[in-house]
Amino acid sequence: MTVIITDTGFGPDTWTLGYEGDTALDLPSDTDPVQLSERLAAQVQMIRIAFPSFADGRGFTIARHLRLSGYKGHLRATGHLIADQYAMARRSGFDDVEISDELAARQPENQWLARANWQQNDYQARMRGGSPAAA
Amino acid sequence: MARAFTPKVITANHLIEGDVIYLTAADTWSRDLAEAELITDEAHAQLRLLDAQSQPATVVGAYLADATSGANGPEPTHFREEFRRTGPSNYAHGKQEVLANV
Amino acid sequence: MYKYNDFDTAFLAERNAQFRAQVERRIDGSLTEDEFKPLRLMNGLYLQLHAYMLRVAIPYGSLNSAQMNTLALLAEKWDKGYGHFTTRQNIQYNWPKLSDVPDMLDALAEVGMHAIQTSGNTIRNVTADHFAGAAADEIEDPRPIAELIRQWSTDHPEFQFMGRKFKIAVGGAAKDRAVLKAHDLAVRVVQNDAGETGYQILIGGGLGRTPMIGKVINDFVPRADLLPYIEAVVSVWNQIGRRDNKYKARIKITVHEHGIDHIRARVDARFALIRPTFLGADQELFSEIKVHFSPPKFRTGSTTPYDTAYKTDPVFRAWADTNLADHRVSDHAIVTISIKKHGATPGDASAEQMRVMATLAADYGYDELRISHEQNVILPHVHKSDLPAIHAKLKQHGLGTANIGLISDIIACPGMDYCALATARSIPVAEQIATRFDDLKLEHDIGHLQIKISGCINACGHHHVGHIGILGLDRAGVENYQITLGGDATWSAAVGERAGPGFAYDEIVPAVERIVDAYLSVRDTAEETFLETYRRVGMSPFKAALYPEAIKKVA
Repeated sequence: MTVIITDTGFGPDTWTLGYEGDTALDLPSDTDPVQLSERLAAQVQMIRIAFPSFADGRGFTIARHLRLSGYKGHLRATGHLIADQYAMARRSGFDDVEISDELAARQPENQWLARANWQQNDYQARMRGGSPAAA
Repeated sequence: MARAFTPKVITANHLIEGDVIYLTAADTWSRDLAEAELITDEAHAQLRLLDAQSQPATVVGAYLADATSGANGPEPTHFREEFRRTGPSNYAHGKQEVLANV
Repeated sequence: MYKYNDFDTAFLAERNAQFRAQVERRIDGSLTEDEFKPLRLMNGLYLQLHAYMLRVAIPYGSLNSAQMNTLALLAEKWDKGYGHFTTRQNIQYNWPKLSDVPDMLDALAEVGMHAIQTSGNTIRNVTADHFAGAAADEIEDPRPIAELIRQWSTDHPEFQFMGRKFKIAVGGAAKDRAVLKAHDLAVRVVQNDAGETGYQILIGGGLGRTPMIGKVINDFVPRADLLPYIEAVVSVWNQIGRRDNKYKARIKITVHEHGIDHIRARVDARFALIRPTFLGADQELFSEIKVHFSPPKFRTGSTTPYDTAYKTDPVFRAWADTNLADHRVSDHAIVTISIKKHGATPGDASAEQMRVMATLAADYGYDELRISHEQNVILPHVHKSDLPAIHAKLKQHGLGTANIGLISDIIACPGMDYCALATARSIPVAEQIATRFDDLKLEHDIGHLQIKISGCINACGHHHVGHIGILGLDRAGVENYQITLGGDATWSAAVGERAGPGFAYDEIVPAVERIVDAYLSVRDTAEETFLETYRRVGMSPFKAALYPEAIKKVA
């Protein structure tokens, strides 16, 4: 089982349509976001991007590229992310993070909530002058 | 053909201090290579390495280092391990400094 | 000099609190060592051979006396009384305890300093010309744009877990003193035909296992496009750079494999997406930052004390001839303080020496200091009349060595004496070369000759771009040193050519001596530098001097 993490902490998965149909995509971290954006179907409402290891940060670039290309649906980071990456995920355009129960036990909710302040102290948002990338 | 097993010690850095430590036969960690357990059996070495790696609250980066039996205990066979047990060559810092203060 | 605003201060306080918590979570088991390692690295903390090592950023090499005094405080309070200035405008402390590091970072924050992104697979500390703001040949002070890049790259959410590190350097003068062509990305201040200031961008330079000279990806990026352009470059590389092999992960390999034109096309497309998100706030910030770097009000006065000392004191004259550079204001000079005393560790300064330099900066140098990639300290603005007093004070503290640009002004990485990655020692080799040529009393006759020493293939000691490069390797359990000749770290950058088989630890200093003897006998005039001679005559006379036995065998 997995845990979904948002700014309010741990919660259950509310996406009930799975990743088999036309409305959701489940993508590996070596996905080319340029090709993806060009071919993205309008009915896609959910894109889940894998983090096979917390050290593989390509998912952050994929998320940012999707947002820059106009994708407005749900973006979820899944796999081995650590609590310290929550702010990076949110700032890159993800809506939430999905981790295993085992990881959630080792890195409990308070460690993720500590980064729920991701909209503060954001150099890049300050540089751009608008709202964060996710918006 | 597999290479013959050469004697080893288990060494790591201490989590807090960061300094070089060695696993002894009594399952303690020593700052002194001479007190390390010299392991001559390959299977035993792997087992002892697992023991060492299962102590993340004490040590970082445990590994098997080649060593040889000397008059006062294990001795390094490679210059890297010689520096690790002694300290840098430009200042009398590290373990050589500790020894000077004994 | 840049002064932190409320945003910077609040950011750093929050960041330091996060790191303090990360250390606690490592100790309580919430974070494994594998997970903690990139977090400590992105906060400058390594685990080296004998201890932890904290690498503190000196962004674009600029600091004031209060900051230098804090570096001295860290050395005394939490280390062994000294620090090591590196080839990337950082300072390293070799002996901190893990549990002390959060306190060290808080002490740094009090003077607006940090250790963020001095390591890890992130955008590293931004470096710049160490004569920035003072050099006579400068188009524009590169530090305001370097500070803007520092802020933009700090904690960038997309670029904290990249395939490998990414190094940016900035230059703003005719001469390149920042090794621009050996960086992942270099920004060079230029002017276009319309007289507008913008930036030439190079990418794909780097040393290490596969040395490459940077290539121009864009000849002129307008000021307002710079951050989105760099962001596009790093984003493209983060996406398509290789992650299967860490020796092939740097952007130099990506450029080599895909070709610069392909990368340019991808960057242009990414830039088109990113540019509209920059609404102009960066340009307002740039204007604010620029004010911080306004030149000091240079004092005027007679230079007679300097002229008199130069005429009458040969020791002062020798120092002035090697350690001073032209300042943009004619009655001022740029002073390079040598941290290369013969026989001492290159780049190491004691806490006392740091305080002396801080005091000199406060008393005579408009409170400004710089650190060079050549591991020396600079007083960028000194009225010439103050030079004799400064020289006298430096001499008292082992800082008066007159050797800038000479054979004993050696770049050396920490090597096997400290570094966990090293395959051989660097420091004692540097010490012995400097001592030997000082004993021979030859170094002023030899003139401009840069020796650069690395203790492993990663090339932190820049050996590829040394006039004489020395690379220390482990050959069958014994230290062995390879020599390269003809490297160049300036705008005419070149990677040195390997001379032949390596030398044992006790053979390397005599080998360097034979190279220098060969140079002295084949140079046209005393004015022809080593590099000029090498370019004229090529490798063969040096090879003959290095391997006399091989010649005998052939004959």
